[in-house]
Amino acid sequence: MKPIPKSHKRLTLLLVCGVIFMFCFCYMLVPLYQWVCKQEGINGKSANSAGSAAPGMQIDYSRTIKITFTTTLHHDLKFKFLPLQQHIDIHPGERKLIYFLAENQSGKEITVQAVPSITPADAARFLKKTECFCFTQQYFLKNEKADMPVYFFIDPAVSRDIKEVTLSYTLFDVGEFIKKQKHFTQGRIDL
Amino acid sequence: MTDAAVYTQDPDSHEEHHGPEHGFKRWLFTTNHKDIGTLYLFFSFIMMFVAGAMALLVRVELFEPGKVLLNPEYFNQMTTMHGLIMVFGVIMPAMAGLANWLIPLMIGAPDMALPRLNNWSFWLLPFAFAMLISTLFMSGPAPDFGWTFYAPLSTTYGPKSTDFFIFSIHLMGASSILAALNIVVTIFNMRAPSMAWMKLPLFVWSWLVTAFLLLAVMPVLAGCVTMMLMDRHFHTSFFNAAGGGDPLLFQHVFWFFGHPEVYILILPGFGVISAIIPTFARKPLFGYRFMVYATAVIAILGFVVWMHHMFTTGAPIAAQLYFMYATMLIAVPTGIKVFNWVATIFKGSLTFETPMLFALGFLVMFTLGGFSGLMVALVPSDYQYRDSYFVVAHFHYVLVSGSLFTIIAGVYYWLPKWTGQMYNERLGQLHFWLTTIGMNVTFLPMHFLGLAGMPRRIPDYALQFTDFNQICTVGAFIFGFSQLIFLYIILKASFGKRTYQVSNQVWEGATGLEWTLPSPVPYHTFETAPVVP
Repeated sequence: MKPIPKSHKRLTLLLVCGVIFMFCFCYMLVPLYQWVCKQEGINGKSANSAGSAAPGMQIDYSRTIKITFTTTLHHDLKFKFLPLQQHIDIHPGERKLIYFLAENQSGKEITVQAVPSITPADAARFLKKTECFCFTQQYFLKNEKADMPVYFFIDPAVSRDIKEVTLSYTLFDVGEFIKKQKHFTQGRIDL
Repeated sequence: MTDAAVYTQDPDSHEEHHGPEHGFKRWLFTTNHKDIGTLYLFFSFIMMFVAGAMALLVRVELFEPGKVLLNPEYFNQMTTMHGLIMVFGVIMPAMAGLANWLIPLMIGAPDMALPRLNNWSFWLLPFAFAMLISTLFMSGPAPDFGWTFYAPLSTTYGPKSTDFFIFSIHLMGASSILAALNIVVTIFNMRAPSMAWMKLPLFVWSWLVTAFLLLAVMPVLAGCVTMMLMDRHFHTSFFNAAGGGDPLLFQHVFWFFGHPEVYILILPGFGVISAIIPTFARKPLFGYRFMVYATAVIAILGFVVWMHHMFTTGAPIAAQLYFMYATMLIAVPTGIKVFNWVATIFKGSLTFETPMLFALGFLVMFTLGGFSGLMVALVPSDYQYRDSYFVVAHFHYVLVSGSLFTIIAGVYYWLPKWTGQMYNERLGQLHFWLTTIGMNVTFLPMHFLGLAGMPRRIPDYALQFTDFNQICTVGAFIFGFSQLIFLYIILKASFGKRTYQVSNQVWEGATGLEWTLPSPVPYHTFETAPVVP
């Protein structure tokens, strides 16, 4: 067999580099995706950071937005997890504190994390939480029961088309992914 | 073109002294592009019957509501394996087989640029599919999460056999990447000196574009399944929300590969059709340059539309609008292609041999599939159609009467050149009509089932869908069993006794370098570069 000409080798090398680049690009999609979601406030990616109000934020009394709260338990997590109010009416710019009841029914101590999701997606980045139990993992003793706070407002910059927003939390058992941090219970009302 | 570029076999050649090895070793160790092309084509043909049998099992289960034959778990495994094998084991290897056989002949090269690599890229495939299919015989279920293997179905909830699936995808990906690499190097470096870029047959052009698509997205698929593997075994959480990941990310990564993949499946077929229609219309292809540009534009646009597979995942409205318009934009270059084929047919001296019948069948039915594609591209209507049988109907129209028809048309078209034997025209036409009727009886009713609300991927359905499902099943059996005619035709042309000598040109209107060679094509060709007019 004839030796492989140089031109073949050069082009092959170039293409192999391209293939390796695309493999790495696949992994680059991960931070890229996180970044886009964070910018848009979608898929719970702003869960770990508190939103801040623009200085001099005014309450817009001309508008009322209905906020509905829903909860889901992931897989077969044994927990009671409910909003104390099903829904509230709120003016853009107005701050509200609401509570979710959580009760550990798993019969053992457990660490959970709530992941929020806000619909419609176009309103997601305007619902801002200054304090939320979803910012950190939450540690529960056996049979522990608590009211969990969310302190939030709707940014008045939200589109006038938005009349209703749903804030949904899914509670995950994060036993396999426990972060090394102090058991964070700020704002929690133990029952 | 044919007069000027006459190929003459060297009368002093002693092919018998350095011909291929005999028996099984010939096929195992071959570096000859024709042998490897043949291997690819036979492999894909066998896989077609395997995955086709799975499809028939699925159709039997759907003959009546309730359980007919399969447990729901087994039904899921059948749909999954059917999809995976048809995409990665039938269409892609068949296209690679055509590429191996034809690209060197069409550009006047003696072989592929990297012949040993070529051998390897084929021989990875049987092992990949042996591994995938072996999961059916293991205790515990085979992959059962659909061919799109969405997380968390394939990560948190995936059966143990998912790891076999992951590694078989790695092998298939490596095989496709190596084949694509070889094709690009061949087309860039091995063209006959007088074969200018704008003289390349469209089949070569479309394979060049396809090869670049493969090089760009198969590594992404490999990365995607590697992330799955890490989530399953190495405690990462790319796709697990409990650990800070996101299952939706899987869909983005997958469809970033998946949408270019659908063009990988169809673009070489466009090339085949662009060869066949001018031959049987006895006219040069209308708008050659635009065909080349349209192919490239389709490939580029293919990278920026992936989210139209995910309209109902809660994307912001701006993203939905962008992806809807970008998707509809692809109808423009595709429309250019369809209109150019129609313009080639216009006022041509048509004859309707089997390859032309399949090409015309493709033209009509692929366009239908394109239109249902436009329907699912529209955000508001997609909310209704998504995950229904309408989607199943759409992608079978573009993959069966699209990709598969082009492959069958291509095999009929070049079979006399490969084997030196004319296939049986009467049987070929019977095959065409049974296939076309079977295909439409199978998939046309699925549009209506989907519009009426029948969800896909579920082994049971509501009573009112029974009639149409029974029609589908009958059609599927007609379609499936008529492929046995194809098998017979190919075996007869390949191994049957040669009755008469087929001319070099084979078809009256055929142009291009491959038709200047004797039929059957000698084992070694174009050792000296031919002159292209």
